[in-house]
Amino acid sequence: MKKTISLIFVLLLVMAILVTGCSKPEPKQEVPKEEPKEGAKTPEKKVKVGFIYVGPIGDGGWTYAHNEGRKYIEEKLGVETIFKESVPENQESEKVLNDMIDQGANVIFTTSFGFMDYTEKVAKQHPDVIFLHCSGYKKLDNMSNYFGRMYEPRYLSGIVAGLKTKSDTIGYVAAYEIPEVIRGINAFTLGVRSVNPDAVVKVKWTHTWYDPAKEKEAAKALLAEGADVIAQHQDTPGPQQAAEEKGVWSIGYNTDMKEMAPKAYMTAPIWNWGPYYEKQVKAVMDGTWKSESYWGSMKDGVVELAPLTDVAPPEAKEAVEKAKADIIAGKQKIFVGPLKDQTGAVKVADGVVMTDEELLSMDWFVEGVEGKIK
Amino acid sequence: MLYKFVKRSEITQRKSIEIRTVAILLALLVSALFILILDLNPLEVYLAMIKGAFGSSYRIKQTIINTIPLVITSLGIAIAFKMKFWNIGAEGQIMMGAFAASFFALRFPELPPFLLLPLMMVAGIIGGGLWAVIPAFFKAQWETNETIVTLMMNYIALKWVTYLQYGPWRDQKALGFPKIPNFSENAILPNVFGVHIGWIFALVLIVLTYIFMNHSKLGFEIAVLGESDNTARYAGINIKKTIVIALLISGGLSGLTGVIQASAVSNTLNVEISGGIGYTAIITTWLGSLSAPLILLVSILFAALIQGGSFIQTAFGIPEAAALILEGMILFFVLGSEFFVKYKLVKNVVYQPVAGKEEV
Repeated sequence: MKKTISLIFVLLLVMAILVTGCSKPEPKQEVPKEEPKEGAKTPEKKVKVGFIYVGPIGDGGWTYAHNEGRKYIEEKLGVETIFKESVPENQESEKVLNDMIDQGANVIFTTSFGFMDYTEKVAKQHPDVIFLHCSGYKKLDNMSNYFGRMYEPRYLSGIVAGLKTKSDTIGYVAAYEIPEVIRGINAFTLGVRSVNPDAVVKVKWTHTWYDPAKEKEAAKALLAEGADVIAQHQDTPGPQQAAEEKGVWSIGYNTDMKEMAPKAYMTAPIWNWGPYYEKQVKAVMDGTWKSESYWGSMKDGVVELAPLTDVAPPEAKEAVEKAKADIIAGKQKIFVGPLKDQTGAVKVADGVVMTDEELLSMDWFVEGVEGKIK
Repeated sequence: MLYKFVKRSEITQRKSIEIRTVAILLALLVSALFILILDLNPLEVYLAMIKGAFGSSYRIKQTIINTIPLVITSLGIAIAFKMKFWNIGAEGQIMMGAFAASFFALRFPELPPFLLLPLMMVAGIIGGGLWAVIPAFFKAQWETNETIVTLMMNYIALKWVTYLQYGPWRDQKALGFPKIPNFSENAILPNVFGVHIGWIFALVLIVLTYIFMNHSKLGFEIAVLGESDNTARYAGINIKKTIVIALLISGGLSGLTGVIQASAVSNTLNVEISGGIGYTAIITTWLGSLSAPLILLVSILFAALIQGGSFIQTAFGIPEAAALILEGMILFFVLGSEFFVKYKLVKNVVYQPVAGKEEV
């Protein structure tokens, strides 16, 4: 028996050697192909750009949108980029940051709120590396924060939802009780009520950014409570699918989600990071980069509303176009008094425009939202 | 059936090394096919994994940081396993150790480090130890199945920390983001030669555990109890007491891991603090044959695998899932080889003489 076993082993060994031996030459042809290409395009300052993502790049949502931005700069600027997906928002992100610096990254985008403190910590230890953190508020000489006024297209999507709903109940699947999400729900609700003053927006919290099953469940619960339009502040198309299955309608988020729910999806407030990323990385290459707190608007093109589908109500197009023009022209600021809170008390007096600071720390719901902030 | 598995009576050192070598080669071979599917060069990827784990002083430090919790937790598990007490609950014991330490870290942030850190460590060891004593007590008293009890208690510990993170311990300054506040500087374990002090703990504990298991009365009693209850009883060993004390030590070591991870690595408490170490350590304990020095070796290799797997993700743009498949494949073969170290495949000889008889 020993002979048979040793024979098998020997055979396997030979196979192992053969396969590893065979595979050697292939890439050797590939390597030289790539190198001169990079070398020829080497710009003023050689940059290697790292991206840290909170979800997988195939999420069809938040991370997907950032990764499109990464591909955009790779193509436009010919820079080398590296990325790591599904990085948890804890100490692990600090390690990933250090790993990337170890691998030669000198510009790093960290694309989730929970990465903020770790980005700040690592930025202090590496003054020669440039950090850009998305959705936070901390800034250093080598660390910018950037975000988009997503509430602008959210307001527009609210108009679409408000015109579409028949039950006057709209469900909103939301991730966390942080100002960004609260602001979005408020803007959406103001949009809804600008065309449909009787409608309410019901909110369900999932406490996750990326959990397709959980987000879908939350949407189902809202549908069971009578909602006939589902909106979301989540990074997966889970809620869209719930609406599709129920045969009602939905508003997406992050990217055009038409393919995920063709019969339900009407539009989505979406991100367009490419041009901003290009500008930032270009500035680093030219040596003109300065840290900033950037809050891009619809006017800048960082945020926009995806094209309305045929599912959207016909009268929506005109209403959206008008509101959009007003927002871009600065005539419609969205968060302008009189604004009432959930109890009906006036929170922002007539004619008063909320400041950016107030928006960035918003912790109350406007009238028309059904839900609680813990 | 022409072939059957037979338990090996004994195995030569050479043979077992042979089997393990073949297993690793097989793992590399099958993984190579997978890497080829991803349109990458397997050799390059393997070299990158090694480079990613040991290629620079920074990476070696990262590998060491990954090794520390594996070693300490494995030592704890080894003590329980030696007694044939299948403690699957290291994950929860890590959590509860971290929780107990965090209580003091968050409540007394102003205490000087020389007071606060020992306090946290003692609290963590007791926290993890008590969490392990609960299933030990049930086992000693009512012969409950410790595998299930320790496993289930992991989830309780996990949900307890989740509750704290979303509820009473939530950081009010984090704008609604569910996290527990960071520890003060005083509650963070210091670095020694660029890596947090945990590596010294790990090395000392390896020596102590080795002495405890091989040269102490209690260690001997644990080993006897592991072989047979009756022998232990006959030898006059107090079985209940031995089980409880052994698990106090076992859980205490996991608890210490929790303290180290919370203080030195995370600087706070959160649900991902153990990151599956409690389960990975079961494998390292087993592959290390419950021996303290071997556990160190296996833990280093494991930590390198994790670190190298993480490195190739960014280096080659491999999706996270694919990197995990690679790690899993290597693990599968190495664990599988353990089976062949204990069993061998033989031709089924029982039927042949019978067949022969019929012919006659």
